[in-house]
Amino acid sequence: MNWKTFAAMLRRDAHVARRNFIPLLLQTMLQPILFVFIFGQVMIRSGFMPQNYRAMLLPGIMAISMLMTGVQAVSMPLIAEFQFTREIEDRLLAPMKIEWLAVEKVFAGVIQALISGFIVVIAAWLVMGANVGVKFQRPLEFALVVFLVALLSAAGGLTLGCSVGQTQIGLLFSLVLAPMIMFGCAYYPWSALKSFPVVQMAVLINPLVYASEGLRGTLAPQVPHMPTLVVIGVLAVVDAALIVVGLNRFFRKAVS
Amino acid sequence: MGATVKTNDLRKIYNTPPPLAAPGSAIFARGKGPKKPKMEVKALDGVSLEVGAGEIFGLLGPNGAGKSTTVGILTTRVKPTSGDAWIGPHNVWREQVETKRLIGVVQQRPNLDFSLSAREILLFHAAYFGIGSAERTRRAAELLERFQLTERAEEIVRGYSGGMMQRLAIARAMMHDPDVLFLDEPSTGLDPQTRLLLWEIIREYNAAGKTILLTTHNMEEADALCQRIAIVDHGKVIAIGTPAELKHSVPGGYLVRVKFSAPVDGLADRLRELPGVNEVKVAGSSVDVYADSGGALVGAIAASASNAGVELSDVHISEPSLENLFLHHTGRSLRQ
Repeated sequence: MNWKTFAAMLRRDAHVARRNFIPLLLQTMLQPILFVFIFGQVMIRSGFMPQNYRAMLLPGIMAISMLMTGVQAVSMPLIAEFQFTREIEDRLLAPMKIEWLAVEKVFAGVIQALISGFIVVIAAWLVMGANVGVKFQRPLEFALVVFLVALLSAAGGLTLGCSVGQTQIGLLFSLVLAPMIMFGCAYYPWSALKSFPVVQMAVLINPLVYASEGLRGTLAPQVPHMPTLVVIGVLAVVDAALIVVGLNRFFRKAVS
Repeated sequence: MGATVKTNDLRKIYNTPPPLAAPGSAIFARGKGPKKPKMEVKALDGVSLEVGAGEIFGLLGPNGAGKSTTVGILTTRVKPTSGDAWIGPHNVWREQVETKRLIGVVQQRPNLDFSLSAREILLFHAAYFGIGSAERTRRAAELLERFQLTERAEEIVRGYSGGMMQRLAIARAMMHDPDVLFLDEPSTGLDPQTRLLLWEIIREYNAAGKTILLTTHNMEEADALCQRIAIVDHGKVIAIGTPAELKHSVPGGYLVRVKFSAPVDGLADRLRELPGVNEVKVAGSSVDVYADSGGALVGAIAASASNAGVELSDVHISEPSLENLFLHHTGRSLRQ
C-alpha cells in the first residue's frame, strides 16, 4: 500500500472541500436548520407539537444530515468524474492500486459526514434552545453508532455513485433519497408506525431507519427506539455489504 | 532512461461501449436495465508490438482502428481479453502499480482535475507520485513556463481553451519524469504553432533517452516525429517499420489515381504494361496506378484510355507517402 499517494489524495479532497466550504456548509445546513426551526420552535410554541418532540427530532435530523452529506460528498464527484471526459483517470493513473482510490473516497466521505453531523447538532441545539432533552450518557455507544452512520453514508455514496449516470441524478434524489428520508424514521420513532404494520415492516430495508433509531437510542434514550445492539449489528452488516458492492462496481467502471 | 514497451498477441473484445472509442467504432446502446442489447466490438485482434527503449514509436490508423485500446491496455486502464503487455520488466496487468510509476499518459480527451487550478493539478499529480514539496514546486514552474501556461496557472482549468487543456495534460504527464510517455492523438485541437511547440518538446524529451509512444491519424505528424511506425486497422497491425521503409514498401512509391468516363474491361491490363507501372487496382471506373513516376505517366495513361474509347475525367498524383501506404494496404484513405 502506498500511503504517500493515499495521503496526497486526501489532501487534494480536503483542498477542494475547503475551497467550496461556504456553499458546502449552506447545502448541508440550511435545510435541517429550517426544519428544526419550523418543527422544533414554531410548531411547539404554537402548541401543535409537544415539548418532548425536540428530543425526538434532533437525532433524526442528525442522521439525515450525515447521510445526505456522505452520499453527496462521495457520489456526486464520482458521477462527474466517470463521465465522458473520465476525469477519474487523473487519479486512476497514480501509483496505487485502484481499489484504494475508492477507499480514499469513502474515507473522505466519512470525515465530511462526521463534520456535518457535528455542525448540524450544534446548530439545531442553538435553534431549539437549551431544553432539548438530549441525554449524553453513553458516549462509547454513541461514538460507534455515529461512525457506522458516517460509513453508511460514504459507502452508500460509493455504491450509488458507481451505479448512476449524470442523467439520472434527478431520479436518484426523487426516487431513492426522498422516500428514504420520509420513511427513515427521522421525524418520528419507528414504533410510531405500529398502526401501519405493513409500512413498519417495509421500512426495515431502509438503512436510514437504523441510523435514526441508533442515534435516538444513544442521544435521547427516553424516546422509544430500537435496541442499540440490534442497530449496531444491522449497520455493521449493511456497511460491509455496501463497501463490497461499491468496490466491485467501482472496479468495473474504472477498468474497461 | 526509457523503458521498452512490448505487447504479445493482444486481443480485446468489448461487450459494453468502450469509454474511449472514437465515434463510429461502436454502436452506443442506450436501453434500460436488462433489455440493453448485448453488443460486441472487436477492438483488437492480435496486436504484437515491440518498442525499444528511447524510441519514438507511432501507431497510425483511422478512427476506431484500435490505437486507443492498445494504449489503454498498456496504461492499465483496459483489461485485455487475452494476450500480454509489458512496460520494461513489468507485466502491465499483473504489476499495475510498478507499471504506473514508469508511465506518463496523455489521453485523447482532457481528463484534467477540473476542481483545481493548473499549478495545483501539476503539484498534486507530483504528490501522488511521492515527489517532495520543493522538487514538485520547481518542476511545476518549469513545465508551466515550457508550455506557456504560467500566466494563467492559478486559474481553475474549467475556463481553459481546448488547446490549453491539452498542453496542461502533456505537462502533467511529464511531471513525474516517466520513462515511457504515451500520447494519444496529442495534437488534435492544437493550432499549427502549438503543434510545432509540442513536436519540439516531444523530441527534447526523447533526446533525454525517454521512450515515446504516440497515436495519430495524421501522416505528417507520424512522418515528422516517429522513428518507427505501426499501421493499425481493424485491430490488426498491417505494416511496421521506419517511415522511409514503409514508404518504399509501396510498389513504385507514386500513386496516380485516375477516373475514366466509364468502366473499361481490359484497360487495367493495358495500363500494367506501361513502363514503370508496378501495380494497378481497379474499382469501377476509378483506377489506382502505383508506379515509379507520377506526372510523366499521365500522357501514356490518357493515350491508353482514348485507345479504349473512354476519356480521362480526373487525375490525382501523390508522391510516396504514408497515406499511399495506408491506401495500398487497406484500399481506404486514412481520411475516409
